[in-house]
Amino acid sequence: MTDQVKVLTSRWGDRQAYDIDRFTELDGYASLDAAFERSPEDLVQLVKDSGLRGRGGAGFPTGMKWGFLAKGTGKPTYLVVNADESEPGTFKDMELLERDPHALVEGVIVSSYAIGCRNAFIYLRGECGWPGRRLQGAIDAAYDEGLLGRDIKGSGFDLDVILHRGAGAYICGEETALLSSLEGQRGQPKLRPPFPAVEGLYRAPTTVNNVETIATVPWIVRKGVDWFRSMGTDKSPGPKLFSVSGDVISPGNYEFPLGVPAREVIMGAAGGMRDGKALKAWTPGGSSTPMLTADHLDTPMDFEGIAGAGSLLGTAAVMVFSEDVCIVRACLNFTEFYAHESCGKCTPCREGTDWMRKILGRLESGQGRTEDMDTLKDICDSIFGRSFCALGDGATSPIVSALKFFRDEFDEHVSGGGCPFPGARVAVGAH
Amino acid sequence: MPLSDQTLTRAEELIARYPQRRSALLPILFLLQAEDGYVSPAGVAQVAQLLGVTKAEVGAVATFYTMFRRRPVGKYLVSVCKTLPCQLRGSREISAAMAERLDVPLGGTDESGMVTVEEVECLAACDGAPVVQVNTENYERLTTEEVMELLEALLRDEVPPPTFAADGSVTEPSTARLHWRLAGLGDPPASLGAPASGAEPAGQRIGREPSPPEPTEQREAGEPQPAEGAGAAAPEAPTDPEPEAPEAAHQAPGDEGPAPEREPRPQAGEGR
Repeated sequence: MTDQVKVLTSRWGDRQAYDIDRFTELDGYASLDAAFERSPEDLVQLVKDSGLRGRGGAGFPTGMKWGFLAKGTGKPTYLVVNADESEPGTFKDMELLERDPHALVEGVIVSSYAIGCRNAFIYLRGECGWPGRRLQGAIDAAYDEGLLGRDIKGSGFDLDVILHRGAGAYICGEETALLSSLEGQRGQPKLRPPFPAVEGLYRAPTTVNNVETIATVPWIVRKGVDWFRSMGTDKSPGPKLFSVSGDVISPGNYEFPLGVPAREVIMGAAGGMRDGKALKAWTPGGSSTPMLTADHLDTPMDFEGIAGAGSLLGTAAVMVFSEDVCIVRACLNFTEFYAHESCGKCTPCREGTDWMRKILGRLESGQGRTEDMDTLKDICDSIFGRSFCALGDGATSPIVSALKFFRDEFDEHVSGGGCPFPGARVAVGAH
Repeated sequence: MPLSDQTLTRAEELIARYPQRRSALLPILFLLQAEDGYVSPAGVAQVAQLLGVTKAEVGAVATFYTMFRRRPVGKYLVSVCKTLPCQLRGSREISAAMAERLDVPLGGTDESGMVTVEEVECLAACDGAPVVQVNTENYERLTTEEVMELLEALLRDEVPPPTFAADGSVTEPSTARLHWRLAGLGDPPASLGAPASGAEPAGQRIGREPSPPEPTEQREAGEPQPAEGAGAAAPEAPTDPEPEAPEAAHQAPGDEGPAPEREPRPQAGEGR
């Protein structure tokens, strides 16, 4: 049995935690003194030693990412926080900003000090009104209290933070697309290298980190590497927010040490399946991560464990689907998402997602052909690894995994002349 | 001109925030939408001149992002999440019913110009499925009937409080005010209409319960400080048994919302 932990969620139960006075009473901003006593290099080393890995999906070691920032370029170094949370099924960062917005501001201050950033940006989804208002309030209050601006707490460290809202584009969660958007361009990814650590925002050294990652840093500074590593696994240490949605009794965010078995998240914390239905499929980390089945419920939810089961931890967005969910329709829904959100830059992704949308649509509506499943696989092969960014790869995940585990159901859509799920809960969209 | 002289002054304020002028393009397009209701051709020309880029460049950016509109948007923008967790909870029925009631295709605005209804992709609140937004504020876990009540209220120019009103969520009473706010310049000017009335609107709450109030005595006496709490909770955490099933204790006490059976968001700090 793995117990839930209260690190990032420790203040979520306090309805006043968004207020700077209450936040400070709850030991908020306590990491600043501890940070300013150390050298920036020490802090980067501390984060490296902690083993903290990015919480935005890729799981890249945060300290190493910071270590790659080019030095002596004569240009400023930028921290850009990725708050463009939009991977289907993921809702951890927005709830963190609603309930505990100063946690991010504190993380931005400490992280900026560590990497030598004087101008930090937070790129927030435009569609998320309330989290945005809370975060802006927190930034304003931090300025009023002298925690942002000139000579923060007498440390000699200056930092300005700009909250910048996106305008509706999933692709801007990809770091190079996010930086293009922040520069006032279309949000399209760029070829790497050069990596943002060398040529990022305004062609200056830049690190892009997820909200949860940055909000975790102050805890490491205050409580140390050993404490952090007492949670999770050797390669995936620390606490993690799991967003559970779909056909469970209690959808919500739950904080566990990495490595918690999926069963304890889905069947324990989230209350198990709604209406006593059987679990059919689940995603470990959003729609871009291959689906798994009831056979995988004992998989440890860390980067290695989920990879071992043939999927990806992603954002730890656990979407749970019951036996009532038509897998073809689920794939169609996700593929409509990718077809809509493909930025259009790379042909395999732009064209492939639209073809797959059409094929899945015809399967669902009874016009499917026996060769459609092979065609879908072919298209996935032609997209995977052939686009600039991970959106194309992600678009293949639901389809490839569904064909692996639920091929029979696709065949039934052809042999039965349409969707075998009667009383369809959902009308299929226009095609 | 689309952007008034006063607003142009504020636009310069935005530009000054960024190391490069062009970074202010998205915020300034929101300002333009606040004033014109959409990204107007005259506005595009004005913004291009302001930032020293071509009209084509401004147009290319404006057409890339879904929140920038090429036609005037209604006073209330109703967005229905269509991604899978919401679709499984009936979002398609909700959007179809609204489009039928307004007699417009999805993305359209009713004749009076009051309400625009659209389907959008994942709104990052999947635990609240189905998620409907009015001017980017969430109305979660509503039935189709409840959403239709919400729609009728908006058509009467009334704004029911959003789901988390008691926690501080406030719906902007017009898209003009919303777009101003999205530009990042704080409270909209009086010329864009009055703000929402009161932080705690008196109307009946629509949607699921906000987080229940926490007894202050418990917080002062029993709740560990986050530092110790987190440390102790790490590997041992003996004090908080995990519930077998969702806890009825999470129900907000005494609330008169229309759907009392719903669980609020899990509260990590509340003895889960």
